[in-house]
Amino acid sequence: MVSSNTNQIRIKMGKTLFEKIWDAHVVVNKENSPSLIYVDRHLVHEVTSPQAFDGLRMNHRSVRRPDLTIATMDHNVPTNDRSLPILDQTSAIQIQTLEKNCKDFGIQLFDINSPNQGIVHVIGPQLGITLPGSTIVCGDSHTSTHGAFGALAFGIGTSDVEHVLASQTIWLEKPRSFEIRVEGKRKNPHAVTAKDIILSIIKNIGTAGGTGTIIEYTGEGISDLSMEERMTICNMSIEGGARAGLVAPDEKTFDYLRNRKYTPKNYESLVTYWKENLKTDIDAKFSKSFTLNIDNIAPQVSWGTNPGMTCDVTESIPTPEDYSKGDQNQKKAAEKALEYMDLKSGTPITEIKIDRVFIGSCTNARLDDLIEASKVIKGQKVSQNVRAMVVPGSQMVKKQAEEMGIDKIFTDAKFEWREAGCSMCLGMNPDILSPGERCASTSNRNFEGRQGVGGRTHLVSPVMAAAAAVEGHFVDVRELDLK
Amino acid sequence: MDAFKKIKTIVTPLDHVNVDTDQIVPKQFLKLVQKSGFGKYLFFNWRFKENGDKNQNFILNDKKYQNSKILVTGDNFGCGSSREHAVWALKDYGFSVIIAPSFADIFYSNCFKNGVLPIKLEEKIVEKLKHELGEIEVDLENQSLKTDHEQISFDIDFHKKKILLEGLDDISQTLQFEDKILEFEKKSKIPSVL
Repeated sequence: MVSSNTNQIRIKMGKTLFEKIWDAHVVVNKENSPSLIYVDRHLVHEVTSPQAFDGLRMNHRSVRRPDLTIATMDHNVPTNDRSLPILDQTSAIQIQTLEKNCKDFGIQLFDINSPNQGIVHVIGPQLGITLPGSTIVCGDSHTSTHGAFGALAFGIGTSDVEHVLASQTIWLEKPRSFEIRVEGKRKNPHAVTAKDIILSIIKNIGTAGGTGTIIEYTGEGISDLSMEERMTICNMSIEGGARAGLVAPDEKTFDYLRNRKYTPKNYESLVTYWKENLKTDIDAKFSKSFTLNIDNIAPQVSWGTNPGMTCDVTESIPTPEDYSKGDQNQKKAAEKALEYMDLKSGTPITEIKIDRVFIGSCTNARLDDLIEASKVIKGQKVSQNVRAMVVPGSQMVKKQAEEMGIDKIFTDAKFEWREAGCSMCLGMNPDILSPGERCASTSNRNFEGRQGVGGRTHLVSPVMAAAAAVEGHFVDVRELDLK
Repeated sequence: MDAFKKIKTIVTPLDHVNVDTDQIVPKQFLKLVQKSGFGKYLFFNWRFKENGDKNQNFILNDKKYQNSKILVTGDNFGCGSSREHAVWALKDYGFSVIIAPSFADIFYSNCFKNGVLPIKLEEKIVEKLKHELGEIEVDLENQSLKTDHEQISFDIDFHKKKILLEGLDDISQTLQFEDKILEFEKKSKIPSVL
């Protein structure tokens, strides 16, 4: 009886955006078990796919829907001169393997020489492959980025990559829905960015705060954001523990995707459908909620070895006691982090000197990120103790920036201007930190050794990274006249 | 995938929270194109010093634990990237069971594709197990852990339990639903990419 009552209540209650997309993609529904969910878009890259294609070959299986599958190479690719051979043999083999797999299985590939090559989560939206209301998977946890368009997008392991290649579906337990409401207005959106909003959220909810959930970001603080800024927010949902994060689509979303290379021919009729259907009902209930007011938030800087270990640029490194609020395991983690980062409690963030600056990654390497960072360094020079590089998120971003003369601003300031790829976000290619080097990075993870064994990562926004490059230490970019 | 059998060994306590997949298998080892042989890279940066010597302070380098198949660890184990290499490394090294108060979602799901059983237990029970010196028997069929002096039961999704116990191949299961998938495709609103 209890369960049937619950069912009746559920029928009357509205649905969240996530639940609507979920319901529209259920192929097989099983009571108290994972459901079989249809996948509309499967993005493939070189690192997490070779074993999946091998599995298909061993079992004499084909790719069910090559027309819903797109591949590129991003994790491993060198970001220097593309006319040179790849020196790292294992990287070269992985890249050749993807070429062969795409050829054998009939999958469209944007290879290292393609003008469409780039980080998979940057090119998806740019090419109009990402669509509202769709389900998108990729063997990469930052697939959550595509949620900015009102898609249900999440990362999967290699076994699931094989499963999706073979069946275009995935077994999934239905996650709970988590509303993160962002209220208020930033005083200067050029200084306090989307990166600062998402780092503030993670600092508050913790790195496991979203485990088992799909986040929907709502509120004025989100609807005010551009599509690129929303991508930065959704990108780091995984750093808050949620497999996916999404934003209800609006005119900005529909405008962004109009007239892209792969925008569907029946786009306008889809937009009409999306406008009616892709929003959370007023009477829908979320399992969990959190509200952040952004009226007065400061630029954020991570000080530890996970993205939750973050504070305002105006603060000092906390003591493990203050950080852990009585949790012994968290206290131990903070002590270990400070030792690894070679930082002392009480040191003001603005006194931390840096050796390297990395502006790049699927979090912050889109055109606006580069434009905003270039405003900080225009007419300035990178501090002589700092080595700084810009790695555009895609070859399209790179080309657009070059047409605007942005590359010149960076190179005049002594930044290195590179080809597109994941680069030093995870250091699988030659772009890595040396042991002990400290980096202001616009990427998403500050784990031990993430950017190179013994390397120390501070997560910041593109403008914070640019300002640190010039000064040689962190500065509060609100003090600059950014417009 | 082999069917999951009863396991009885001592536990290896790894006393950290938020162990991320970059620690479980660092990125420099993700370039291999096969699934095997990742065990030697497990916790590489913690197990080995920069000069290649073993870090004797790291628990896995204590000979006592060399035959342990059960890792007991802290909250949010496996957070970070989706790399299944993390599970391949744990399995290849010898771990078949991981016990923690919580796991990151993608890692948790990856375990079941590779015959690794992740067990979620209350933090105070996990703490106690970290200090358990004797062997522990893990019985998935009966959802129980047996130490020398007590029995602890654990929850697991019925479907996931079946996959491990029978060593099922997910894809062949799914392809039995071919008619449903076709039916779905006929009414799908999202057009193909090309």
